[in-house]
Amino acid sequence: MAKLEILVYPDERLRQVSQIVKAVDSKIQNFIANLKETLKSLPGCVGIAAPQIGRFERIIIVDISSRPQHKNHGHLVLVNPVILFSEGNSVGREGCLSVPEYTGKVNRAKFIELEAQNEFGSNVTYQMEGYEARAVQHEIDHLDGKLFIDRLVGKRNDLKRRMDI
Amino acid sequence: MQNWYMVTFVGKDRPGIVAEVSRILFEAGGNLGEASMSRLGGNFAVMLMLQIESEKEQIENLLKPLWDNLGLFFHIDKIAGNLHHHVEPNFRLSVHGADQAGIVAAVTGSLAELKFNILNLESDVGGTPEKPVYIMHIEGFADCSFESLEKSLQPLIIEKEIVVHLVPIDTMLG
Repeated sequence: MAKLEILVYPDERLRQVSQIVKAVDSKIQNFIANLKETLKSLPGCVGIAAPQIGRFERIIIVDISSRPQHKNHGHLVLVNPVILFSEGNSVGREGCLSVPEYTGKVNRAKFIELEAQNEFGSNVTYQMEGYEARAVQHEIDHLDGKLFIDRLVGKRNDLKRRMDI
Repeated sequence: MQNWYMVTFVGKDRPGIVAEVSRILFEAGGNLGEASMSRLGGNFAVMLMLQIESEKEQIENLLKPLWDNLGLFFHIDKIAGNLHHHVEPNFRLSVHGADQAGIVAAVTGSLAELKFNILNLESDVGGTPEKPVYIMHIEGFADCSFESLEKSLQPLIIEKEIVVHLVPIDTMLG
């Protein structure tokens, strides 16, 4: 297994839309093993998307279990993830491996329902909220060539707006 | 040699201040770093990091037309750049209540006792002139628990009759 190099903004490749994975075969599984290893090597990081290391296929890993105060489903490998339903809004602070030395506030859906395949090619569905839903939305954005800095909300905040940060 | 300066500007608010300030600095070969600019009351205040080859006296001469033409006061300090060393906030406070002298001193005094490092503070006076309301947002870093911070703020919430909403900031890194 190998730790892979992270693409850093303003690298244009981060803008590329990733392709659907046609079959979760051994090649994809080998790649997922490397992606897992890469995520594990990055302290404090709760998610990674394949395009961040220059592979433009729709694969993400999210694991927020290091933050047990937030509801979570443990270590998730999601291939071809699709958000079927989303509800609510919450503003929270995000950072990104591909945008070092900057964090900012981003508005995300509070609750999402998604379907994907797991690392064995089986169909899976999840309902998630809050921090985990934020992480999944952040990583899926990478698959569509979007970064959190495309979604920043202003520094000043309406007192009435509930902040989750 | 490129030097870093902190330059502050203060003047009566009007359209075009930022455009004029940044044009003059750009045309003189300056490069702007991090900046914070706000309308405070009817005034406009600018704090910006400027990287430029010039010495302080040369910058003063460069900026003199801003005083002459726009009535902007300015002040220049030589600083260390220290970019790319951000400190991440881990707490956020929203404070509001009937406007009265001493809210900021009371809140930040309690925070300072816990070595809370304020990274950003913004406040507004809302409400009506007869019944002004003070609203303040603080973000910062403290190496202490949420509970200890909450506890330290309790006495002044009662004393000042203010509402303090404290939330942890858990930055999602993906």
